Amino acid sequence: MAAAASPSSSLMRRIGSSLAMTALSLALLVLAWQAAAMLVASSLLPGPAAVTAALARAAEGGALVTNIAITLGRVAASFLIAMAVGSMVGIALGRSPALDRIFGPWVIVLLNLPALVVIILCYIWFGLTEAAAVTAVAINKIPNVAVTMREGALALSRDLDEMARVFRFGPWKAMRHVVLPQLAPFFAASARSGLALTWKIVLVVELLGRSNGVGFELQTAFQLFDVATVLAYALAFTAVVQLIEIGVLQPWERHANRWRR
Amino acid sequence: MAAIDIAIAEKRFPAIAGAPERVIFRDFALAVPERSFLVLLAPSGLGKTTLLNIVAELDRDYSGAVRFDPASPRIAYAFQNPRLLPWRTVLENVALPLGPEDEGRARAMLAEVGLSEQASAYPERLSLGQQRRVALARAFAVEPEVLLMDEPFVSLDEAGAARLRELLRRLLARRPATVLFVTHDSREAVELASRIVVLGGTPARIVRDLPVTLSPAERADPAAIDAVRRGLLPAAE
Repeated sequence: MAAAASPSSSLMRRIGSSLAMTALSLALLVLAWQAAAMLVASSLLPGPAAVTAALARAAEGGALVTNIAITLGRVAASFLIAMAVGSMVGIALGRSPALDRIFGPWVIVLLNLPALVVIILCYIWFGLTEAAAVTAVAINKIPNVAVTMREGALALSRDLDEMARVFRFGPWKAMRHVVLPQLAPFFAASARSGLALTWKIVLVVELLGRSNGVGFELQTAFQLFDVATVLAYALAFTAVVQLIEIGVLQPWERHANRWRR
Repeated sequence: MAAIDIAIAEKRFPAIAGAPERVIFRDFALAVPERSFLVLLAPSGLGKTTLLNIVAELDRDYSGAVRFDPASPRIAYAFQNPRLLPWRTVLENVALPLGPEDEGRARAMLAEVGLSEQASAYPERLSLGQQRRVALARAFAVEPEVLLMDEPFVSLDEAGAARLRELLRRLLARRPATVLFVTHDSREAVELASRIVVLGGTPARIVRDLPVTLSPAERADPAAIDAVRRGLLPAAE
């Protein structure tokens, strides 16, 4: 009986039905794709079957896995750098009105600098190297992180800050137990949007100046007008990023929010 | 010498957002004897919290000086809101101001305020009364020489506030401290104080300074309390 169901079983049922809804929605998308492919009947719009075949071909010699691993490595490196540097900059700007007056406009300028410009300049100044590629992606992401973390630092509770001062927490304890927990939601928000932005820019960086990775493979396929391979790589990589979101980011967020009612 | 010697030449709030500048204190002096329970009684908005923040060295934007004897005592502060860390458990909230080896002391404090069962709960799952008990436990766990209290029992029902006052008296009996207690409730003031200082006017000055010599039994007696309150009320209004 529905009335007798415990809260947790009703939650499970809600998650189950939302999963079913998502699956249905995706199936509908595949169906529409199939219909469009049949209608156009051209190798420039391959259907799901052709893309699956391309996926299998790419996976055969291990090229798909290798390239995705290489790209993920670049995503991870630039993501970590951007989160670390962006957080430090953002917290500093949020805590100090003087710093914010001086450097706040710099962040806005960087925020509005096109990703492509940063990439080209990094390659020109530092050469077509791994370090230049990772730096370029990180620089693109840093201002986003800084702006979000600055909002978080501005919203820090004065009450709790005073409490920590009266009870002589000291800088380390205050940072760990008072400041960082308040910033966690902002950190999660910028990590979430950061991952999505980072991996998209990594592909561009690879396309312009690297000889491996998903972006490089996409460029090769582009030159051959091999749309099936383009879609195969895009789908595979999107799936991997989705898994990271569900497997890493969401559990961490749940852990960080466990104290909420 | 007094445990706390407050001498404020001037404390002003600058004009912000259209509100004119206000002088809160001018040539204000107050000496708090050691181990006394001094209640500052005044209506809201008169600068009582500001005075506590000055004593706690949270507010340094004034001219004058606050001297302690002995110098730099251990200070604890029970705020108007409990100001607990919502993302740390009750036990962690009490233990955080202490050293890493003092968790036992924090547990003992929680037992004394009757919250052993809630040690691993998060503060927001507790009632306001329980949260105020945690704040008391945190304050007493640091074994303060000076205890500042800013209407710590406000927005509780009368029975709940009475229980907490009783708890406070019990805690103080075991760990004597110099207490500076702020309230606008004269009944609460008489029940707890060894001395009541009534503030009034702008800038705030002392309009009445009254020792309270009731016995513990009389403090539980509404008639005895009302007798003392009658001596206070006209000035407190």
